[in-house]
Amino acid sequence: MTALISAKDLAISFGGVIAAEGVSLDVFEDDHLAIIGPNGAGKTTFLNICTGYLKPSAGSVTFQGRSILGSSPRAITRMGIARAFQIPQLFTEQTVLENMLIAAASQARRFAPFTPLMQIPERKEAEHILELVGCDDVSDRPASELPEGKRKLVDIALALALKPKVLLMDEPTSGVASSEKFDIMDTLIGALREQQVTSVFVEHDMEMVSRYANRVAVWNAGHIQSQGTPEDVLQDPEVVRTVIGV
Amino acid sequence: MLMRIVLPVVVLVAIVLPLATSGWDAFLTLVWAKALPVLGIILLLQAGQVSFGHAMFFATGAYTAGFVIRAIPGGEIVIALAAAIGASVVAGLLVGVFVVRYRYIFFAMFNLAFSMVFYSLLEKFIHITGGSDGLSIPRPEILGQAMERSEYEFVLYYLALALLVICLYGVHRFLDSPLGHTLKAIKTNETRIEYLGLSPRRVLLIAYIISAFLAGLGGALVAVFQGIATPEYAYWVRSGEFVFVAILGGTGNVFGALAGSFVYEYIRVTATAYVGDTWQLTLGLVLLVIILFAPSGLVGVLNDIRGYLGKGRREPTPSGGKQPSGKTEKQRGEEQ
Amino acid sequence: MSLQILVLTVLDGIAYGSLVFLVAVGLTLVFGVMRILNVAHGSFYALGAYAAASLGLVLSAYGISAWFAYPLFIVAAVAVGVSVGGLMERFILRRIYVREEYLQLLVTFAIFMILDNVQRLVWGVQPYFYTEPLSLMGNVTIVGIPYTAYQVIFLPLVALFILFGLRWFLRKTLAGSLIVAVTEDREAATAIGINARKVFFLTFIIGTTLASLGGALASPTTSVLPGMGAEMIVLSFAVAATAGLGQIGGAAIAALLIGLGRSSAVFFMPELEVVVPYLIMVIVLLFRPEGLFGKTTARKI
Repeated sequence: MTALISAKDLAISFGGVIAAEGVSLDVFEDDHLAIIGPNGAGKTTFLNICTGYLKPSAGSVTFQGRSILGSSPRAITRMGIARAFQIPQLFTEQTVLENMLIAAASQARRFAPFTPLMQIPERKEAEHILELVGCDDVSDRPASELPEGKRKLVDIALALALKPKVLLMDEPTSGVASSEKFDIMDTLIGALREQQVTSVFVEHDMEMVSRYANRVAVWNAGHIQSQGTPEDVLQDPEVVRTVIGV
Repeated sequence: MLMRIVLPVVVLVAIVLPLATSGWDAFLTLVWAKALPVLGIILLLQAGQVSFGHAMFFATGAYTAGFVIRAIPGGEIVIALAAAIGASVVAGLLVGVFVVRYRYIFFAMFNLAFSMVFYSLLEKFIHITGGSDGLSIPRPEILGQAMERSEYEFVLYYLALALLVICLYGVHRFLDSPLGHTLKAIKTNETRIEYLGLSPRRVLLIAYIISAFLAGLGGALVAVFQGIATPEYAYWVRSGEFVFVAILGGTGNVFGALAGSFVYEYIRVTATAYVGDTWQLTLGLVLLVIILFAPSGLVGVLNDIRGYLGKGRREPTPSGGKQPSGKTEKQRGEEQ
Repeated sequence: MSLQILVLTVLDGIAYGSLVFLVAVGLTLVFGVMRILNVAHGSFYALGAYAAASLGLVLSAYGISAWFAYPLFIVAAVAVGVSVGGLMERFILRRIYVREEYLQLLVTFAIFMILDNVQRLVWGVQPYFYTEPLSLMGNVTIVGIPYTAYQVIFLPLVALFILFGLRWFLRKTLAGSLIVAVTEDREAATAIGINARKVFFLTFIIGTTLASLGGALASPTTSVLPGMGAEMIVLSFAVAATAGLGQIGGAAIAALLIGLGRSSAVFFMPELEVVVPYLIMVIVLLFRPEGLFGKTTARKI
C-alpha cells in the first residue's frame, strides 16, 4: 500500500519545548487515522506542518510522492489536503451558507466577477454538505451567532466543500453535545467513506477513536509512542498508563 | 430594493432635471464625479481596510487627463478619460502590490505616506506639473466636437452620470459575487481564506485596483469639468474627505457613495459662507458624531427609519453598525 | 564629495533625527500599550511648536531674556500634552477601545482634522519665527564646520535623556511597571486588579506630551506653519514602523537612520528629500514586515 501523506524524521520545537523529534508517520489511502496523546504533545503541530502553516526544522513531508515542505497552506489546500480547526475558523459576519458558497466557489475556481454568490451552480452540493453535518437549519444565520458545537461542524463542512483527498480534523466533535456526537460522526465518516476521502483526526475521546478510526497513532512528548489498530493500541498497558489514564 | 427601485428613480430624476430646471447641473456633475472615489473607499471598507491616501489616484487621473488634453490638438475627452483610467489602474497596481501586504494601521498609513510623497512631487516638479498653481486644462472636444461652455457642461453632466451609474451597478454586482464575498471575508478571517485555497492579498489587490480606477476616473472628470488639476487634488485632506463622505453616506451599501456625495456637496456649497474657516473642523466633528452615534451612515439611518415604520425588509448592512463580534479572533498576525 | 559635506550631512541627520525621535517615541509608546495609532499625534507636535513660539514671542516683546524660553518650552509642552491629550483620551478615545480597528483609525483621523483647523483658527496661516533659543547657545565647530550647539548638542542630549528616562521609568517605577504589565497581557493585568483605564490615560498623555515637546523644541529651528503636523505624523509613523511598532529603543535607531537618509538626500538629491524617509521604510518593511526590531507573532490555530 502506498502512503498518501508521508512524514519522515520531523523535528520542531517552540522555545525549548520539543513538539516533534524524529517523528515518522504515514497516512495511507482510505485511512481514518486517529492521533491521540496528552495535551501539548504536538498533535496539532503535526496538522500545522502537513498544511504548511509551520515549517519543521528537520525532516520531510510528501503528499502523493511530492514534497510539500515550503509550500503555503493555500497551495497545499489546492493539492487536496483540507483542514478543519480546533478553534473554528469561520467568516463570522457572513451567513453559514455564504461561508459554504465561498468555499465551493473557490473549489470550482468560480471567479466570474458578476455571478451572484447565491446563484452559483455549486449551491446544491454545498447545501447537501450542510445537511450532512446537521447544519442545514442554521444556513441563513450569521456564523457569529452559532453555538460552539455548530461552529465546529460548519468548520468541517467548509473543508468538505473543497472536495479534498485528505481531510485533517482537530478534535472534530469537541463542543458538540454528547447526545449528537455519534450521530454526526456516523454520517460524517459514512460520507468520507462514500466519497473515498482519507481522514486524520486528533482526538481525546477514546470511544470516538475505537468507533471510527482504523488506525491509531499515539503522540507523546514529541515522539510516536506506538501505532497500529485501535484494538491493539488501546490495550497496550503503556499507552493506557501515559495517555488514557486510569 | 435599493437597486431595483431607488436607483432607477434617482437616475430618472437625474436625467430629467437639467431639461426641467437649470442651475443644478454644475453642482450635480461634481456630485456624480466625486461619488466615484468614495465608491472606491467603500469597496475597500468591505474588507475592513481604510485608505488615507486615495487622493493620489484622484490626482493621477486628473493630471493624466490634463496632460493628454494638452498634448493632443483639440484634446479628445474620450482619449483623456481612457488614459486617466489606464494610468490610475497602473498606479493602483504598483502601490497596491506593496500595501495589500498590510492591514489596518499599516494599510491606512502606507497609503497616506504614498500620497504625501506624490503630493510633494506634484508641487516640486514645477516644469512638468505647474507646481502649486496647478495644471490648467483647456476645454476638450467630445467625440471630435468642439463645444461652447454651456453645451460642454451639459454633455459632461450626462457623461458623468452615465459613468457613475455603470460603476455603482458594477461594484454592486462585484460585491455580490464570490470574489466580493471573499473580500468581505478578509475582514473576519484570513486564515480560513488561505485554507480555502485563496490568496487574501490577491483578492484585496483586485479590490484595490478597482478602487484606484474609480478614484482616477473621478479625478479626471472633476479636472476636465473645472479645467484645472492642482497638487491639492492629492493632499491628505482630500483623501480624508473621501473617507468622510463614505462614512457619512454609509459603508454598508454602494448607495452610500451617492447619498454621501450629494449631502456633502450640498452642505459644502451652502455652508461655506457660514463655516468657511471652520470647514475642516466641522467635518471632523460630524465624522466623530457619526462614528460614535450612527455608524451605519445615512443609508443605515434611512433603513432604520424604514424598519421602525415597519415598511419593507431591512437591508443588511454588513459592515456598519455592528459591534465587533469576534475581535479577539481577528487576524492580527498578518500585519506585524 | 568633500569631508565637510559629509560632516554636515551627519550633523544635519543627527539634529533632525533627534527631533523626529521625540515625536515617534510617543507614537510608538501609545501604540505599544493601547494598540491604537493616534493619527492626531502630529497635531500635538504642531500645537507644541505653536505654543512655544507664541510664548517665546511674548518673552521677547517684554524684553525678557530668552534663557527663560527653555523652561517655558517644557511648560508649554506639558500644558498642551496633558490638557488636549487628556481631554481626547477621556472624552473620545475611551468610547472606542472596543470598536473595530478601522473605526478607531477614523476617530483619531477626525480629531486630526479638527486640531489642524483649530491651529489655523488660533494662529492663522502666516509662519511664526522665534529663533533666539537657537542663537543663544552659540555655535560649536566640528571638523572645521560651525554648527548650532542647540541642534547638535542640546537636542541629541534631550533625545538621549528621553530614551533612557523612558526606559528607566518603564523598568524601575511602579507606574512604569503597570504600563508594561498592561502592554504584555491586558487581561491578566486587569485580573490582578490593575486599572487599565488609568494606565491608558497616563500612557496617552505621556505620548502626547512627548509629541508637543518635540514641537516646542523644534520651533526655534524651523518656521512654524500649517501642514507641519501632517508631515510629522507620516514621518514619525515611518520611524516607528521601520523600528517595529511599539519598539522604543528601536525608534531611536530608526530615527537616526531616517534623519541621516534625509540629510544625505538634501545634499545629493534634493528633489527626493521628502521621498527618502519613506523609501527607507518601504525597503526595510519589504524584507522585515515586522520592522527592524519587531517580533513576529504567529497566530495560534
